[in-house]
Amino acid sequence: MRRPPTRRELFHLAGAAAVALVACDNGRPRRGLLGAMERWNERVQAALFSPSRELVVTGPLTPEDAFPNYHAPHADTPVAPPGWKLKVGGRVARPMELTLDELVALPRTAYRIEHHCVEGWSAIADWQGVRVSELARHVGAADTDYVEFRSFEGYWSSWDRGSAMHPQTLIAYGMNGKPLGPNHGAPARLYGAVKLGYKNVKYLAEINFVDRETGGYWEDRGYEWFAGT
Amino acid sequence: MQTGRRPQPLLIRVTHWVNVPVLAVMAMSGLQILRAYPRFGPQGATHGWVPLQNWSSPEWARAGGWLAGARHLHFALMWLFVGNALVYLTYMLASRELRRRWLWRPRELGLAVRQQLYYFDAARYQLARVLGRVVRRPQWARRWIEAPPSGLYNPLQRAAYTGAIALGAIEVLSGLAIWKPVQLHWLAWLMGGYEGARLIHFFGLLALAAFVVAHLAMVALHWRRFPEIITGGHADAAAEPTEPPPEKAAHA
Repeated sequence: MRRPPTRRELFHLAGAAAVALVACDNGRPRRGLLGAMERWNERVQAALFSPSRELVVTGPLTPEDAFPNYHAPHADTPVAPPGWKLKVGGRVARPMELTLDELVALPRTAYRIEHHCVEGWSAIADWQGVRVSELARHVGAADTDYVEFRSFEGYWSSWDRGSAMHPQTLIAYGMNGKPLGPNHGAPARLYGAVKLGYKNVKYLAEINFVDRETGGYWEDRGYEWFAGT
Repeated sequence: MQTGRRPQPLLIRVTHWVNVPVLAVMAMSGLQILRAYPRFGPQGATHGWVPLQNWSSPEWARAGGWLAGARHLHFALMWLFVGNALVYLTYMLASRELRRRWLWRPRELGLAVRQQLYYFDAARYQLARVLGRVVRRPQWARRWIEAPPSGLYNPLQRAAYTGAIALGAIEVLSGLAIWKPVQLHWLAWLMGGYEGARLIHFFGLLALAAFVVAHLAMVALHWRRFPEIITGGHADAAAEPTEPPPEKAAHA
């Protein structure tokens, strides 16, 4: 697959930013006008967020080879370890490790939506999976303020509870009616209509219901944390 | 024509000068954001008809260093831009300043067209005077179209200022649609969807840039009036006609 130069540049800059960040643990602005506006924007985005609004897109599907796929921490396409299971933990009554079959056996939700990347591009896909809210019920999750999603290749992101419990936020195991491909996060990934692409963690390994915001891969490198659409 | 008003009241001057750095950084961080994906149309169906696809904006025209930095600038300054615009709009409505600065009633559009024709006629007249030294055609040496009545600004200037304000509003609305295509999906729908909003947002910026270039050119041509936007000018200066009286030959 051809890599657009913008992506390479993004990675170079991210590397440079990571070096510059040795002194502080977070690349997001914390002080001054930009820090204050970042906090203000987070509140505005949370206020604009509707926990029940579901969006349906009727446009044509983006051809699968035209749907970009990024896997930030490594250059190679990540492959799930043998015996892969999705661990669900944190403050839950029944911590679980679910196989793909067990995930698929849970109530299924499917929808077509326009994907919005922080870079500015959009693409349309069908997603099939189980709602995070359904999974939360399944494991008896406590009312924690945050939910964090971790992949088996080192990527992660944390979400506000409202967005994670949105009816269109799924643990997706299918894309466009087929099992999720290795480029798009197989065997299972997080997919939500209400967040920018980088919040939608692929190659899931772990979901934790937590009381504190735990940042994220790009969030800790300078991108905003809320990133709602 | 209102009398006793300074050409540039205080709030007009303040909002004008706040706008200069804010709009500059908004535009520059916007170009940095665009650089992350400088194409228009969804993935796999890029709009072939859109000019400037894959445009690589020059580095001096960008701000923020990288995508995340530019987004922080853009989303911080957008509030200053909108707040400043709200102060300006409130003042325009409350003070009725809009009467001598804007042109928005449909019948006034005819005045702007007449002003443009007047300029064309003036240019033709000047050309005729030069040519008249070579070929003797006396009927060229008169002006056919009179300037429409002019106050602080002539109707064409007012049309340009009104257009710039409208462009600012379009930039804010299309920007909101790009920022929140899901939560403000009705706004995105109005803009022709997320991709439509991106197109409007970018070409709206180019139109605003064209306005700024023309604005600066007019300032350079009429530099004697430039201090008014800093000092406010004198109240009686506002009553002076902005157009020189037509030359005698015009009515000979």
